[in-house]
Amino acid sequence: MTCTEFLAQLDEMLDQDAAIPLRADLQEHLRTCEHCEITLNTTRKTIQIYRSHELYELPDDLRERLHKAILAKCRKC
Amino acid sequence: MAAFEKLVRQYDRQVFRIAQHIVQNREDAEDVVQDAFLKAYEKLDQFQGNSKFYTWLVRIAVNESLMRLRKRRTGRMVSIDEDVETEEGSMPRDLADWSPDPEALYGQSEMADILRRTIQGLPPGFRVVFVLRDVEGLSTEETAETLGLSIPAVKSRLLRARLQLRERLSRYFKKRSGGRAREKQAQGGVK
Ligand SMILES: [Zn+2]
Repeated sequence: MTCTEFLAQLDEMLDQDAAIPLRADLQEHLRTCEHCEITLNTTRKTIQIYRSHELYELPDDLRERLHKAILAKCRKC
Repeated sequence: MAAFEKLVRQYDRQVFRIAQHIVQNREDAEDVVQDAFLKAYEKLDQFQGNSKFYTWLVRIAVNESLMRLRKRRTGRMVSIDEDVETEEGSMPRDLADWSPDPEALYGQSEMADILRRTIQGLPPGFRVVFVLRDVEGLSTEETAETLGLSIPAVKSRLLRARLQLRERLSRYFKKRSGGRAREKQAQGGVK
């Protein structure tokens, strides 16, 4: 298996339940290719980091202001 | 009206976040939130009790956001297809391994800055797919439906978006010391 073929499966590996063992040919490539091992692990970490950080929090005061504005306009609809 | 108010409370944070990710500007994101919910309200009776309400709302929010982005960059087309032909990130170049706990390298607000700056560098068509799939947790099918893209198109954009983000974050997260040997070895090459 080439790295390109391995990377084509990256989506499924990342989405797959961690409890399910990887397909044997993918495992074999990972065991012998540090490049792909690093790519898989750091890409997984990339997603985790983005998931666990709230980059655009909606502050309470703005939230209230938006609710009022939306509901006021809706009453006029 | 009470039911609608509940929907606003339920989804306003997500709509605001998605809008911010696309328009990258707070006033525009505020406008998107208002306009998206108003449009939803006009058609609310069609969606009562429909489990697809959220993806439908997201679709409105994404379209509104792209429209605002287009207005801001006058003269420049902005669409879901913009800049997606780039080859960047199709094969990872920076092979250095990351520090085992990259989040320990930066303070909370510095980290948020890095993450915002990094994702803002992606073309809108990649950014939106990553945000819907990986940040908001929509399925591939829902993302495809929301953006009017095919499933293979979503998958390919998602892969490229993830690899580009990974590559850009490596600058900040790679092992600094003690990791030299492994780094050198890893550069051994792509098969
Ligand atoms: Zn490989």
